Amino acid sequence: MIALLLTHLVVGVGIIAFGRRLGTRAAVIAVLPAVATLAWLLARRQSLFGGGIVTEKMSWMPALGLDLELRIDGFSAMLVLLVAGIGVAVHVYARTYLDGGGPRTGRLIGLLVLFGGAMLGVVTADHLLVLYGFWELTTITSFLLIGNDHEKPEARAASVQALLVTGAGGLSMLGGFLLLGSSAGTWRLGELLAAPPSGTVATVGVVLVLLGAFTKSAQVPFHSWLPGAMVAPTPVSAYLHSATMVKAGVYLIARFAPAFAPVLGWWRPVVVSIGLATMLAGGLRALRQQDLKLLLAHGTVSQLGFLVAVFGIGSPRAAIAGTALLFAHAVFKAANFLTVGAVDIRFGTRDRRQLPRLDRTWLPTAITAVVGAASMAGIPLTFGFVAKELTFDAMFAPAGPWWFLAAAVLIVGAAFTAGYSLRFASGLLGRDAIDPVDRSPAANRAGVGLTAPMIVLTAVTLVFGIIPAFGDQLFTAAARGLTALDRVELAIWHGLGAPLLASIAVLTVGVALHAGRRTLTPSLERAGHRVPDANSGYRGALQGLNVLADRTTAITQPGALPIYAGVVLTVAAVLPLTFFTLHGTWPGWPELVGTPAHLPIVAALLGSALAAVLVRRRFSAALFLGVSGYAMAALFVVQGSPDLALTQVSIETLSTVLFVLVLRRLPDQFTWAPKPDGDSVRARLRHRFTPEDRANSPMTTGVRARRIAAAVSVFSLVFVLAIVTSSEQPDTPATDEMIERSLPDGHGRNIVNVTLVDFRGYDTLGEITVLACAALGTIALARAGRRPARAGDTQRTAIRPSRDRGFVAPVADDTAEVAPPLLTPLSRLVIIDVTVRVVFSAVMIGSLYLLFAGHNRPGGGFAGGILAGAAVSLRYLAGGIESVRSLIRFRPWTILGTGIGLAGLTALTPILFGHPVLTSGRLETDLPLLGTVEVGSVLVFDLGVYLAVLSLAMMLFESFGDDPFIDREDLVEAPTDEVEAVRP
Amino acid sequence: MSILLAFTAASLFGIGTYLVLQRKLSRVIIGVGLMSHGGNILLITAGRRGLAPLVGIGEPQELADPLPQALVLTAIVIGFGVTGLLLALAYRSWLLSDDDEIADDAEDVAVARLVRPDDEVDDAETLETGHGYDGTQPEKGVEAPR
Repeated sequence: MIALLLTHLVVGVGIIAFGRRLGTRAAVIAVLPAVATLAWLLARRQSLFGGGIVTEKMSWMPALGLDLELRIDGFSAMLVLLVAGIGVAVHVYARTYLDGGGPRTGRLIGLLVLFGGAMLGVVTADHLLVLYGFWELTTITSFLLIGNDHEKPEARAASVQALLVTGAGGLSMLGGFLLLGSSAGTWRLGELLAAPPSGTVATVGVVLVLLGAFTKSAQVPFHSWLPGAMVAPTPVSAYLHSATMVKAGVYLIARFAPAFAPVLGWWRPVVVSIGLATMLAGGLRALRQQDLKLLLAHGTVSQLGFLVAVFGIGSPRAAIAGTALLFAHAVFKAANFLTVGAVDIRFGTRDRRQLPRLDRTWLPTAITAVVGAASMAGIPLTFGFVAKELTFDAMFAPAGPWWFLAAAVLIVGAAFTAGYSLRFASGLLGRDAIDPVDRSPAANRAGVGLTAPMIVLTAVTLVFGIIPAFGDQLFTAAARGLTALDRVELAIWHGLGAPLLASIAVLTVGVALHAGRRTLTPSLERAGHRVPDANSGYRGALQGLNVLADRTTAITQPGALPIYAGVVLTVAAVLPLTFFTLHGTWPGWPELVGTPAHLPIVAALLGSALAAVLVRRRFSAALFLGVSGYAMAALFVVQGSPDLALTQVSIETLSTVLFVLVLRRLPDQFTWAPKPDGDSVRARLRHRFTPEDRANSPMTTGVRARRIAAAVSVFSLVFVLAIVTSSEQPDTPATDEMIERSLPDGHGRNIVNVTLVDFRGYDTLGEITVLACAALGTIALARAGRRPARAGDTQRTAIRPSRDRGFVAPVADDTAEVAPPLLTPLSRLVIIDVTVRVVFSAVMIGSLYLLFAGHNRPGGGFAGGILAGAAVSLRYLAGGIESVRSLIRFRPWTILGTGIGLAGLTALTPILFGHPVLTSGRLETDLPLLGTVEVGSVLVFDLGVYLAVLSLAMMLFESFGDDPFIDREDLVEAPTDEVEAVRP
Repeated sequence: MSILLAFTAASLFGIGTYLVLQRKLSRVIIGVGLMSHGGNILLITAGRRGLAPLVGIGEPQELADPLPQALVLTAIVIGFGVTGLLLALAYRSWLLSDDDEIADDAEDVAVARLVRPDDEVDDAETLETGHGYDGTQPEKGVEAPR
């Protein structure tokens, strides 16, 4: 069976892939997997229909207990028979029906094969999750099948509706399976049903599974997708509505009912009620349809309700009745759909008022229609009659007033069925024609390609209807798959009992309904308009979902960065603080001041930080940030870390230059309108607290209060964290070992540098990679949409910054007005030029010294690289970006790559010699004049770091330092009239 | 870690947080810078104070702890990279809108408008998007949300 499933998959995918070339010939290939399945079934008929069980298993994820496990008992075998048998009929029919049906025909046929395979999987899978997988495959393939003609809006809408409804049900079913599987302790369907779990969890699981089954089998109130699904071509409808898809839900209910109906008190009333309600709703709607295919679709809804009601009883009698009804329905409904399709394709309509009277050339179709309708109505000598008798028998068996009511409703539903069956038959034969189409039936005969499959299906209905004993073995085996029971003998004559009387009543009422159709149909139509249908419920649910999503989005996603950051920071601060208050222990206060040297440093730090908040000019704020950085450097000196101090000082210098480069573009102040009392910090402080200022400020008090609250909570967290963590020192700090091993193992005296390039070399490699990303991101952001000005540009696209305006519109070269360069280089005074060159060289040499000496004395790649970057900034200040570019012929990104490459190669080289990554090596050689020279691999690594950091600095100048020539198409948004306004 | 330094680090974090919650990108950048100073203080004070960690200039017990120093060193450089990247954002914001205002996402505002009537949204906006420092010219927003 697994092989057969794979065959379906391969053939289906193959046909989809080559569908365009194959056309309807694909149907010939498509029939093969179904035929193979029938052959497989035939070979095992003795075992399967004699009560045996075939199991197959393919290991998939044994560790998770997830295997492709199949278990085929009599019930599954009957469904396999239906799926494959009707599949053959449908594919044969499709060969003729879809001929010349457009480019998507091949795909349709391939999807049908896949769909059939998925359905086989559903009815044979034993593992719950595998079953779920196949279940969702049928959902997806049916979505594609219904929407295959995706140029039609109604096909799209119907397919989406089918997908949403059955997909949501599938998800609910998955939840149910998970609950059931975990409470039963097994994932095997067979074992689960043999010993059904009980308890709340299991009950919820059953409810969820039922929801899934109800959506799939189109039970009220989820039934509205099914009539919509009939927009698909006939073979699809015939397959979907008869043997597959909708039967999946019935299949599950049939399996679950014998196990859960006896133990769950609500099962029978709920499931049977829903089934009966569906039966009535579908029947009533079918009675007023003019479109025969739509009539059949509503009839399917009705019949599915019938099936669910019967199987829902869960008794042995119900099992046998249900299997018989399932079989009967699959066969006659497929035949009915094929009949309508034949009429539709030949006459171009399936409206009962337009179909012409069929003559003798249409005899096979007419017979099919009549027999199919008779079986649907339950008229003797068709299998539908046998099945319906069994159903009545099962339904009348339980006693009690509730069951009496249920039986009554069932009879009414069956009468509706008889009514719309007659309506179908007379409509199809053209007896109800009011305005028949002008096509002669004789000239438009349905060929044998269409009629042969119908005739075969009709023959099955008749054979089982006339000699029901043929089916004894099949249905006994099928029902035994569900529950234990004796061998059943099917018969036409059940004796003069309640079922027969009920049948007579049903047929009488049915005929009466049909006879009174001229008055009944219009009144039903009127009633139909008044009663809200499930479709509006579906649309309402979708709309509600959208509104809900909008509301949730509007609340949770305001799109304001301050709100996001505020929420994140506040939560990150308040949660740990709460936890600490509840469970933590306060370690006691440490010393107040570590060393007096801290006092001025802290004063400078806090003072500059506060000033950075209070000043209103951007430059001032940036400068205060720089001051705080220098204060940090001083702190590092006090703490005993010259490396850090060196690096920090260089970085602050460089940062300040960069801030200037960017901030010069931005408005001078954070506000646009200057305050009347001036810009000094004092004035600012005084001004903030005047009431009229507060009234005028667009930042409301609430917003400011919230921001301050977030700041205070973060402050509290850090303060507590700092005190608490510092009170706990580890017993053996890693430090001592690092100090010990620095010289012997790392061959360096500067422990910090040894740590960076040796002990924690991996970290450093990661760091410079992060730097590279930052550098590339920066340059991409700053230069996106830019290109260098080229000779021959008719329009210079320089953007001139302006205090009071946005873009100044680009000015064409041929006008007198040319935008001045953005950065006027300082006047190239020779003295400055020369001085800068000299200083530059000196600083560069210093940076190299830091690099080379760094292993033993303060310094290293980071410090050296940053210092070199600071040197580059000197050149920039003197001569602009061109001066920086002229320093070296390599572009910064090349240097960046070289740096990272060097560091990476140094890290990897030891592998060649069988050492772990980043093992340091040394080379000592005696060179003439220089004496013994020692070159360590760590120096190469550090050189890589140096280059990466230097190139970062250079790339930042490249990003912000030049004149932004901008492709105006890309960025300039100034409207044309403004361009005119700028010109004199 | 003395109370003084703990207070300093915490203050830097607090002030940094206040700045990060503003509407002007340059203030956010300065806030991030202050916060990273605070973080560096926390790191560096995790180890003992002492002589520069160079082998041979003193007894091992007298040396400052080298491990936090190595961590802070990389943190400083990474912080520089982050500052560069944020400055690039501000630069880009200037290229596009002439200012470094962090505006509300236009799409999200549009969603909010779908749900609530316009007047309500406007109220809420002034409340929540209260602009950085003293606000900015309303008509000078990056992109007027439609």
